[in-house]
Amino acid sequence: MYRYDTYDQAMVDARVEEFRDQVRRRLEGHITEDQFKPLRLMNGLYLQLHAYMLRVAVPYGTLSSAQMRMLGDIADKYDRGYGHFTTRQNIQYNWIKLEDAPDILADLAKVEMHAIQTSGNCIRNTTSDQYAGAAADEVVDPRPYAELIRQWSTFHPEFSFLPRKFKMAVIASDTDRAAMKLHDIGIQIVRNEAGELGAAFYVGGGMGRTPMIAPCINPFVPLDQMITYSEAALRVYNRHGRRDNKYKARIKILVHELGKDEYTRQVEAEFQHLLGQNIEPPLAELERIKAQFADPPFEKIGTVPTFEIDRSDPDFALWVDNNCLAHKQSGYIAATISLKPIGGIPGDASGEQIRLMADLARDYSFDECRVTHAQNIVLPHVRKDQLYALWQQLDAAGLGTPNLDLVGDIIACPGLDYCSLANARSIPVAQKIGQRLAAKQQEIGELKLKISGCINACGHHHAGHIGILGVDKKGTENYQLLLGGCEGADTSLGQITGPGFDEDGIVDAVEKATQFYLAQRGEGERFLDTYRRVGMPAFKEAIYG
Amino acid sequence: MKILTGNDLKSGAVTWWDGVQWSLHVEDAVDVGDHADTILAREQAARRVNAAYAIEAVKDEGSVRPAHIKDRIRALGPTVRPDLTLKPADPEAGNWVI
Ligand code: SF4
Repeated sequence: MYRYDTYDQAMVDARVEEFRDQVRRRLEGHITEDQFKPLRLMNGLYLQLHAYMLRVAVPYGTLSSAQMRMLGDIADKYDRGYGHFTTRQNIQYNWIKLEDAPDILADLAKVEMHAIQTSGNCIRNTTSDQYAGAAADEVVDPRPYAELIRQWSTFHPEFSFLPRKFKMAVIASDTDRAAMKLHDIGIQIVRNEAGELGAAFYVGGGMGRTPMIAPCINPFVPLDQMITYSEAALRVYNRHGRRDNKYKARIKILVHELGKDEYTRQVEAEFQHLLGQNIEPPLAELERIKAQFADPPFEKIGTVPTFEIDRSDPDFALWVDNNCLAHKQSGYIAATISLKPIGGIPGDASGEQIRLMADLARDYSFDECRVTHAQNIVLPHVRKDQLYALWQQLDAAGLGTPNLDLVGDIIACPGLDYCSLANARSIPVAQKIGQRLAAKQQEIGELKLKISGCINACGHHHAGHIGILGVDKKGTENYQLLLGGCEGADTSLGQITGPGFDEDGIVDAVEKATQFYLAQRGEGERFLDTYRRVGMPAFKEAIYG
Repeated sequence: MKILTGNDLKSGAVTWWDGVQWSLHVEDAVDVGDHADTILAREQAARRVNAAYAIEAVKDEGSVRPAHIKDRIRALGPTVRPDLTLKPADPEAGNWVI
C-alpha cells in the first residue's frame, strides 16, 4: 500500500503544527469561533451534539495494521474507548476535546494519516472498492488511481473553496461495490476492445435532499489524461456551480440544470484547453504509486499442505458463506468482518476490537485491512487454510457475525444520538430492526437496509433496498419508508411508500415488507428483484393495508 | 421558560447557564427571560462557552426539560449508550428524553 514520501510527511507534519498554533490562539482568545470554525473544519474537527467530533481520513478505505492499531489507541487515549466507521470509509470519534486535537493529529501523522479535507467545500476523501487488489473481477487495482486523485486534490488551491463539498469514487470492476454512480464524480476504470485501460466518467450523482444517479459523460478517457479530465469537470463546476443557494450548490444540480450534453460539451472544451497546458502528473509518479500497490507475496499452491477450507464447524461455514468473497489469487479469500452484531450500533468498534482487527490484519492478511462504505472491515488477502483460526478469534471478540448484505447488516448514520443536523435517531431503529429480524435474516437473504437521520443521507437511505429517513414531525421523530433503492451497476433510487411511522411503527413496517417479500418471491429472487417485479402498489398494500 | 445552552470551549461538553456560570446539568438551568442575547454575547466573548444559543424549556416535576428532543438528548447523552450519559447508573434517567 501507499507509503508517504518525504514531501507527504513534511506536509502533514507542518499541518499539525499549524493547527496546534490555531488551537492555541483560539483557546487564548486571539481568534473568535467564527474565525476558528473554518480552520478546525479543514482539519476534520466538528462540534457535534455532545462534544467535538474528529473525522479521520482513510484514503480509499485502505489501512495498514499499524494505522488500524493507532485508530484503536486514539479511541482509548483521547475518546471514550470506541470509534465509528462511516459510509465514506472514514472513522469518527465522538468525544474529542479541543485541547487534545493537535496531539491526536500528531499521533495520526506518525502513521501517515490525517484529517485534512474531511470537511468543507473541497474534494473529500476518495472512496473505492473495499476488495481492490483482491477481487477476481477487477480489470486493475483502482487504488493507485485513487491515490493519484488524492495527491492532486489535496490542497489544490483552485478547488479548496468549491460551491459545495465534492466526493469522488474510483472502481475497476463491473460490480460496483462503492456506490460509484452516487458520487459527484464516479470513475470506473475499464478496458476497451484494444485492451487499453481508460476511465469512464460518471458526473453529477449524489444523495442528499435531491438524489440523482450520475450520467456517464465520457465512457473512455485514457488513463494518462484522467487527472486533466477531472480538472476540467471540476473547473466547469467551480465556474457555474450555484454559490447563492446551498441546497442547489452540488454538481448534480448543475449537470441537471445545464443538461448532461451541455455540461459535457463545456467539460470537453475545457479538457482540450487543459491538454495544451500539460497538467497531468508525470507518468513516473503514477508508476511510483503503482509499485506500492504491488500484490503481496502470495504463496503458491504446493508450498503449503492445503488451501482448502475446513467447513466442519457449521457456524464457521455460515460465516464463510455470508462474509467471504472469491479472491483473484487461488487459495486466498477476502473476508469481511461485520461491525453489525445483532442489536449493536452499526459501524462502532471498541479500541480493543480495533486493535484486534489490526493484529489479525498483520497475522492473516499481509498487514492490510479495509473500511467498507457499508461500515464493515475487510481483511483482503486471507489464506483459505488459515480462515478458521482467524474466524475463531473474531468470533471470540464479538466480531464474527455472519450477516454481510443481510437485513442485519444495516447502514446507519449517527443520527440524533450524535449528529447536530439530525431530525431523528437512526441507531435505535437499526437495533430494533436487527433484533426483530435476526432469526429470519438467512431466510430473507440479500437485503440492504439503510437509515439516515436527516435528508443529508449520510446513511445512503436512497440506495437501500429498504431505506429509512428520519424526519422531524412537529418536534417528534418520524420515519419515512423507501423501497427499491440500489447501488451498483443497476443503481436506482428508492421511492417513498407513503405516510411515515413512529419508531415502533417503522420496525413493524419493515417486518411487513419482508413478510410480503417472502410470500411473493419467485425462484432465486432477492428482495429487490421481487420488489421490482411486483411493484410499489402491492408492497404498499401489504404495509398499510 | 427560556434557557441557555452551549458547549465548553476546551472540552466541548454540553453546558447550561445556571445564572452564575455554566453547569453540566440541565436541571441547574435558569430562566433568562429577555436577557438571552446579553448573556450570550458576554459569555462567548469571555470564552466561558462556545456556540451557545437560547432554547425553550419547561419545568416538569421540578426539573428543567428542553422543549426539543435534540436538546434533551444533549442534556443527557446518547440514548444508545446509557453508559456514556451523565447518569450511567440510573436506568430511568432517559425516560424523559424521548
Ligand atoms: S444523515 Fe443527517 S443525521 Fe445522519 S449523519 Fe448525516 S447529517 Fe447527521
